[in-house]
Amino acid sequence: MMPPPVPPSAPANPASFTVIGMLWRWLLGFTFVARVRGLAMGTVSWGRALVTAVPFLWLILFFGLPFLVVLKISFSQAVIAQPPYTPLLTWAEDGIMVLRINFQNYLLLVQDSLYWMAYLNSVRIAAIATVACLLLGYPMAYAISKAKAELRVPLLMLIILPFWTSFLIRVYAWIGILKTNGLLNNVLIWLGLIDQPLPLLHTEFSVLVGIVYSYLPFMVLPLYATLSRMDESLLEAAADLGCRPGKAFLTITLPLSMPGVIAGSMLVFIPAVGEFVIPDLLGGPNTLMIGKVLWTEFFSNKDWPVASAVAVATLLLLVVPIVRFQKAQEESNKKAEELAR
Amino acid sequence: MRRWRSFSLFSVLAFGYAFLYVPILSLIVYSFNESRLVTVWAGFSTKWYGELLQNDQILSAAWLSLKIAVLNASGSVVLGSLAGLVLARFGRFRGRTAFTTLITAPLVMPEVIIGLSLLLMFVTLQNFIGWPGERGMTTITIAHLTFSTAYVTVVIQSRLSQMDVSIEEAALDLGAKPAKVFFVITVPVIAPALVAGWLLAFTLSLDDLVIASFVSGPGASTLPMVVYSSVRLGVSPQINALATIIVCIVTVAILIAGFIMHRQEKQRRNA
Repeated sequence: MMPPPVPPSAPANPASFTVIGMLWRWLLGFTFVARVRGLAMGTVSWGRALVTAVPFLWLILFFGLPFLVVLKISFSQAVIAQPPYTPLLTWAEDGIMVLRINFQNYLLLVQDSLYWMAYLNSVRIAAIATVACLLLGYPMAYAISKAKAELRVPLLMLIILPFWTSFLIRVYAWIGILKTNGLLNNVLIWLGLIDQPLPLLHTEFSVLVGIVYSYLPFMVLPLYATLSRMDESLLEAAADLGCRPGKAFLTITLPLSMPGVIAGSMLVFIPAVGEFVIPDLLGGPNTLMIGKVLWTEFFSNKDWPVASAVAVATLLLLVVPIVRFQKAQEESNKKAEELAR
Repeated sequence: MRRWRSFSLFSVLAFGYAFLYVPILSLIVYSFNESRLVTVWAGFSTKWYGELLQNDQILSAAWLSLKIAVLNASGSVVLGSLAGLVLARFGRFRGRTAFTTLITAPLVMPEVIIGLSLLLMFVTLQNFIGWPGERGMTTITIAHLTFSTAYVTVVIQSRLSQMDVSIEEAALDLGAKPAKVFFVITVPVIAPALVAGWLLAFTLSLDDLVIASFVSGPGASTLPMVVYSSVRLGVSPQINALATIIVCIVTVAILIAGFIMHRQEKQRRNA
């Protein structure tokens, strides 16, 4: 087992070395010190420590720490240089260290209506799409769980199969369907329902369709998992006692499937808020979403600090749903383990 | 009453599946269209497949994507098995909450945020230790490993926690070393989950546009990046042909996997 990792040495910029080093030690210190003490005393086995350390270190290095870097860069200033932002800490003359924290990027997010409109839009569109997914996904999951036993696996496979084909290409398919002279308009005209093709593409409607379509499997699968685990005898008892099927559904099935509803909704809502591909390909000027704003700041405007500030603000918005999702995940794990025993 | 209920459930399913499959079917049908205009049917033709197979840009991007996907799938099965083992077998330990947070957060984290944060991390590392030099295949693989490990861990962990622990305990009681128990007993039992995890990581990597765009450098374009830049310019029948090929491969793979699983299930029931 290695000692607590030494932060990467930084001869070029000793100041930010200390900051990152402190955060690094703070992140790792408490677990690793305990671990190393355990190893020395023989209460923790070396094999176990290694098995834990490899994925743990990997995720800290490539998933945890990068957020701190984003946070740091969101307080710097964009410059035309390599890399295109200013360092927070610099050495001035006479051994004075200067810390420059730039709040401009965050002020911009508050002051410029483009940004907070994009936030509101993203949350609203993601929320509507989540509800639509739920309204379509719940009856589907319910129907699958009530289907004949030998049909359930093929039906589930059919839900998962689109997920295995390219996401980008499936979103692209909707361009051909929703275009002004696309498939849907042609069918509607042929049916005589409309005379003029409807403008469907590059609207909020097309973005919603794209999100519901792409994320539907993520809603159906957790719902099916909770619905299929349900104890049928509860419904039988309710029926024996004279409860109508509709009421039994509302008082028994629905409350018992809430973990699935929450897990599915979070699996749709959280990524949908930051979605880039769908609003970019199917959306228009009126459907600006935050994922697209971040992408444009980074790739077109080359403003890394503002892009970082957008990322930090989005994360703050999503912290509560993410924590809720993790709780639901832990609970369902516990239930699965209890069932296995 | 009962008949009405099953009819409405059936129609919901029919609508849901139509919603999922009509777009894919429309892609396949129009890939055989003679005309460049996707909406006008001008007769059957396979010329777009011919053009696709001569498109060097798409072919080399596909090759790069396949290499990354294989590396990523194999790596995330290793990392995911370790992480799954920690979560399913090691019980409570200090830092478990941090560990589960790091494992489950990538499942829902918006891709733009993962992509941006990894790129900034690579740039910072580059400043400090001079690695990873040029961004390209290595950085894309590392980025993909990071988020696919989360998915693979969930798959393997759920299999591990459903598995009968008494066989492992028996082997340990008889004096087998933990590592030996893992490779001789645990791995064969969870093999289907390992395969499923590998395939899942493979597809996730092959499918990713956003994260790869952030962490890639000049000169390294994956298949989704090439598809994206051509799709932005409008509908292109070559992309339909590519989609048809992907759908065929996936369908065949899933049918084979389903068949194997079905046979295993039968054997298990007979045993």
